[in-house]
Amino acid sequence: MRRTAQAMAAVIFSVGANSSPAASQGSDALIADLSSREIAITTGFAGTALLLFGTVDDAGDIVVVVRGPKRREIVRRKQRVAGVWVTGQSVAFDDVPAFYFLASTRPLNDIAAAAVFAPKRIGANNLRIVPVSRADVGRTGFRRALLRNKARNGLYSENQGAVKVKGGRLFRTRVFFPSNVPTGNYAAEVYLLRNGVIIGDQSTPLVVRKVGLEANIFQFAHQHSILYGIIAIVIALGAGWLAGVVFRKA
Amino acid sequence: MQIYLPIAEMSVNALLLLGLGGGVGFLSGMFGVGGGFLMTPLLIFHGIPPAVAVATEANQVVAASVSGALAHWRRRNVDAKMGVVLLVGGLFGSSLGVWLFTILRDIGQIDFVISISYVLFLGVVGGLMVIESARAWIRSRKTSAARRKLHQHTWMHGLPFKMRFRTSKLYISALLPLAIGIFVGILAAIMGVGGGFVMVPAMIYLLGMPTSVVVGTSLFQIVFVTANVTLLQAINNQTVDIVLALLLLVGGVIGAQLGAIFSARLKGEQLRVLLGLIVLVVCGGVAYNLIAVPADPFSLAGIGSAR
Repeated sequence: MRRTAQAMAAVIFSVGANSSPAASQGSDALIADLSSREIAITTGFAGTALLLFGTVDDAGDIVVVVRGPKRREIVRRKQRVAGVWVTGQSVAFDDVPAFYFLASTRPLNDIAAAAVFAPKRIGANNLRIVPVSRADVGRTGFRRALLRNKARNGLYSENQGAVKVKGGRLFRTRVFFPSNVPTGNYAAEVYLLRNGVIIGDQSTPLVVRKVGLEANIFQFAHQHSILYGIIAIVIALGAGWLAGVVFRKA
Repeated sequence: MQIYLPIAEMSVNALLLLGLGGGVGFLSGMFGVGGGFLMTPLLIFHGIPPAVAVATEANQVVAASVSGALAHWRRRNVDAKMGVVLLVGGLFGSSLGVWLFTILRDIGQIDFVISISYVLFLGVVGGLMVIESARAWIRSRKTSAARRKLHQHTWMHGLPFKMRFRTSKLYISALLPLAIGIFVGILAAIMGVGGGFVMVPAMIYLLGMPTSVVVGTSLFQIVFVTANVTLLQAINNQTVDIVLALLLLVGGVIGAQLGAIFSARLKGEQLRVLLGLIVLVVCGGVAYNLIAVPADPFSLAGIGSAR
């Protein structure tokens, strides 16, 4: 046992020694982690915050981007018809991140040129949000409305200056997840920039899921919807009947 | 105390919802109504997705009406035959309503249809209640009011499929209660209500049923129709939130019993004016949201919407 462990350790260390310092994944220039790799939505869940922390080999700017699972979103516009507001046109977007959080040491403009951030989809304006129908590509009002509504729901946020650096080497920031956080697979990306160039990055996976009773109820409602409906009715009948009996005696 | 709703996928204050259930339950016990017409708009104002609010409220109305229905059944205040005919229409209507609900949801118009239905029905019913009770109040001062004729023959009495309803002492076409049942069933599915506020006046003024059996028969029908809506919403849309329903019905059933005790202290006319005014206030609130310029005309399709 001990011998195999030593052999494995030797392999791991030799791999670590061979990897070049400029490698993007887990490079020596940048090491980061989250205080938890999982957010569990339980009965008492009312939003949470995770600590994202790490070290860099030398001073630089840090940009943190946390992205949620991609999904289709439909943006609807109300319009006034005969004095009342009715749902009018709508535009569907594909691959929209359900959650997007950005934190950085300084405003993005001060860190690097826009062309540096665009290919990495850093910054709300660089998110790839494409309408399902090609005819809707020019309707930027709907795209802006999507970002605005997501921000209002607390699901999109940008916090420039929220990454704190200590001694030029240690950095940390808090990532906030509201109570309506969508479930799924997330990724926390950390970028290190120096002189306007990305010189290191690291991506850490994160899972948001319902656990315990909440998860069971949700799954049951979707997988056994007939039985779920019947149980809901039986509970209601029982509660109503019980209340009648209790108060008749009282 | 925050609690996470698994279907609505949001965190709410449990004590607030218990209080809301209790308050609406108190009113429903006081006035002998289901309370759905108050609760559904309040839930939507509170930020619960309309599709979840409507489906869950149907579930809660089952609980709210069953103890009343049982109490009336024991006192033989239920016209079972009439109830069954209304129920056949109601089951058909509510199934049709859930089907319509799903279509409207898919084309993104369900929120608007829910709101406009509330404005129309609450406006008409609330207005009629206030006018009617005000008249009754005036009439009670002048004693020389003409008595209504016991039998008025209208076109309705010429319809086929006549049926004898012994408990209600009526011999009328079965098509009438059937049509009322269908109509109320559709409302129940789309508005998340029991429909008592439409059915009770319809039974009194259209069918001419004696008031002693109207409430019991209406409650009898509502239990089954809202149960049907709950089941169909659970199957078609998965929008029944059991946790939300539990919070509401715990507060609701207790509040309803207290309300029933309290109602004995108020006069019939006072009760009806008060209920009419509450109905109009809710109607005004929903209407304001339809007419006022929205803070943001754009919105995201939420839970229970087309994917």
